Parts: sequence; structure tokens; C-alpha cells
Amino acid sequence: MQHTPLHDLHVRLGAKMVEFGGWHMPVQYGPILDEVRTVRTKAGLFDLSHMGRVRVTGPERVAFVESLVTCFVAKIPESAIRYGLFCRADGNPIDDLLVYKGKDEVFLVVNASNTTVDLAWMREHARGKNVVIDDQTDALAMLALQGQTSAAILQPLVKDCDLAKIGYYKFGFGSVCGIAGTRISRTGYTGEDGFEVYVPKQDAVRVWEELTAVGKAHGLLPIGLGARDTLRLEAGMPLYGHEIDATHNPVEAGLSFGLSFAPEKGDWIGRGALERVARAPTKRLVGLKTDGPRVPRQGYELYRGAEKLGYVVSGSVSPTLGVNIGTCYVPAGAGNPGETCELVINGKRQAATFCALPFFSRTRK
Amino acid sequence: MRPNDRRYTESHEWIKPDGETMLIGITDFAVAELSNGNEGDLVYCDLPEAGRVLDAGETFGEIESVKAVADLNAPIGGEVVESNTATEEHLEILSKDPWNQGWLIRIRPNSKSLDKLMDAPAYEKFLAAHKH
Repeated sequence: MQHTPLHDLHVRLGAKMVEFGGWHMPVQYGPILDEVRTVRTKAGLFDLSHMGRVRVTGPERVAFVESLVTCFVAKIPESAIRYGLFCRADGNPIDDLLVYKGKDEVFLVVNASNTTVDLAWMREHARGKNVVIDDQTDALAMLALQGQTSAAILQPLVKDCDLAKIGYYKFGFGSVCGIAGTRISRTGYTGEDGFEVYVPKQDAVRVWEELTAVGKAHGLLPIGLGARDTLRLEAGMPLYGHEIDATHNPVEAGLSFGLSFAPEKGDWIGRGALERVARAPTKRLVGLKTDGPRVPRQGYELYRGAEKLGYVVSGSVSPTLGVNIGTCYVPAGAGNPGETCELVINGKRQAATFCALPFFSRTRK
Repeated sequence: MRPNDRRYTESHEWIKPDGETMLIGITDFAVAELSNGNEGDLVYCDLPEAGRVLDAGETFGEIESVKAVADLNAPIGGEVVESNTATEEHLEILSKDPWNQGWLIRIRPNSKSLDKLMDAPAYEKFLAAHKH
């Protein structure tokens, strides 16, 4: 199992550590539901150094990434970020990722569990192209600061970069805790305002501790991957292995905002298959709230009477909504908001109601 | 040391003779594994109706936390006499007192012998050997 540069610090903080995507990671430092509330009301600090970070440079970098990723890379403004996926020819994803379009680089952040597959996929398709693929996963640590007080916590530690000028899904570079040229993006996986910073691994512990010191007055606490999963689910964000995987495509997962079928983008792997799915989807991802104590969990089936309606792919107790929530696949056209169904758990049934995604959105409020 | 007035299973249930009947519950270790020491993490418990006949090892109910659902297994065979609805409805009792107040079901056992189950020292040893 791999360790991030912050591993020993998590252990010292008393975190419960688990295996996640090949890494030994903190799932929680305290009660998971309290950690969710902390991020929704104050701010949380996350170690995301397990995620894959790949920098692509060279004259053909944009065309190269364009041919693999679902979003329109050439159209991304400099210093902006877009969501996209790597798909196989059948349209099913091998991973989802964020694409940072820099002046002379395309920087990709991918899932820990898929980093090896992603790198092999990229290198296989890079043959004969004038690009350099630099895996920076080991060299860089990645910290996320998420919550309404994030900017107030981070700004005092940043020189030569005004965080107010970095909009949502934009990035810049500045001196963070004295480390010049640090990548700072206004991104996250929680539905809250916040930042992700990328620092050399030897500085990770110091940056974590400086953020913790400044954050104390703002209610900042370390947050584990357990709360992160609930936060992303409340915000309606997909997780590879749940909403999307080798048999669940991004169109039916409701991720068409991350796909471009513009003629100018040219062909990309999976395009033809996904255009066909987009014309005639057979299923769709919808939200679910239970009308009782049971928690939806991946693999549970949904029924109405004797009729099977679909199946759950993610679920959680939601402290923000005060109910238990889940995402599920149902036939296209089914599962309209307000319609009811029953969740089958070990042969017993729990009443539930379909709802729209996301469950929670701060910006839309 | 955990109470030695009862016997234990490898799936972390305890069983304690109480007159002609026996009480069954789950250990503090089981509660901690499910809830990580936070009583609010337990969300649901389902216990059987009186009269249900259980075989040794049979699943008689389930308990659910924020993280997972766990089966409750009968340490020995017998007939359910009573379920503890107070615990079923107030799961925080399990965090506070899994040994007495937090019992789950009362059974009339088929046999009084608990010899095949672990006593407290054996259960402590079992936990130590399986500590991760």
C-alpha cells in the first residue's frame, strides 16, 4: 500500500486509516457526519495526494489530450478547468478527470484507483505524437481546503496572488507558505467554495500545519474520505466505480456537460458510441431519498410492487438534508421526482422517493 | 476484561443465562466497529418477533450504521421469547451499555450448554489475534 507524504501525520491525528485505491488513507478523524457538517458550515482540510496528477507538455499536447478526453480542450480558456472523461471506444469510461489548461501545459487530475490505467492509456496513444507525459503524482502533494471560510484561511498564506481573482473552476499560481509558483485552483468535490493546492511533497506537512494554524480561528478541521464521499454525493457529483464505470457511460450518468460533440473537436475515443447513446439512452441516473431509517447502498435493487425499477449505485446518510440519499439507475423516462418506489434490503423493503440531482447546491440557492 | 458471566461468538454476539431463558446482545467491540465510538452513527436495528425459532448461527436481525449493515446471528438455537424494543428504537443504548440495558433478544434455548462458545478470556484473545 502506498503512503502519501501526510500519512504519518494522519496517524498522529488519530485518523481511522483504510485502503483506498491502493493507498493507506484517512477515512475519518472523528464522526463522519460531524465532518460533513464542518465542511458545510465552516471549512475542512483534505489530503488528496493519492489522486493522480499528470502534466502533459509538448507542441501536440492539446490535440493529443483532445483525442482522448470527452471535453473540448482547445476551447478551454487559459487558466480554466473543465470536467471530462477518458472513454473506451464503446463509450464507457476508464476514468473521469479534471483538465487544467495552462499556457504551455495541460494538467490532468485523475482518480487514485485508475492512475496506472490512465497513464498506460495515455502512453499507448501518445506513440508518434510530440508530447511529454510527466507523472507528478509522487513529486507533488495535493491538499484541498473546502468550505465557506476557505478563502479567508488560505489568503494570508498566499503572496503575489489575489484569490478573489481566481473564479470557480479557474486556477493560478502564487507563493503558498513561501513556495513560489504553487498551483492553486478553485475546485473541489464537496459542493462548497474552496481551493486545491499542489505543493512539493517535502513541503506537504508544513503547508498542512500552517493551514491548520490559520484555520483554527475559522473552525477548520481535517476531514477524511468518508465525509468527502457524502459531500460529493449531496452535491450530485459522480464517483468512478459507482455512477460511472466500465458498464455505465457518462451520457446516462447525466454528465453530458462534460462531453463535446462539436464538429471542430474532431474524433475522440468513444465519441461515436456516445453519440448513439445520446440519441437513444436506455437508462438514466436519478436521485433517491428514503422515507425511513434505511440507507441506500450500492447494489440494492429498487421495486414498485413486483416490478423491478432499477438499482442503487451510491448512498449515504445526509446530515445536510436530514434524510438518507442515494443515486440509482432507472429506465430512461422513469424515476421522475416525487414518484415512489421500494428499496430492497436483505429481502425487506424501505419506502423511498425519487428526486432530482443534485441533492444540495450552494450556488443555486 | 469483558464480563465473564456470559459467552461470546466470533461474530461478536454475547449470550448470557438469565433464569430459564438467555439474553443475546452484541459486544462493545461490535458497536465500536459499526459506529466508531459515535452513537449517532447507528441508524437502524431490526429484531425478530416473539415465537420465531432460530437455529444456532441463524441470522435473526440486522443492525445498520452510517457505514454498513451487519447481520445479528444466534449463538445457539432456541425460540425468541422477547425482543428489546427499547434498544431497537434507541440505538444509543448500545453505545452506553451493550452488556445489560442493550440486550437485543431473549430466547428459550434448545440446550443450556454454551460450552462451544468462547468465555471472556478466550474472546479477548480472539480480538487480540484479529486486531488490525
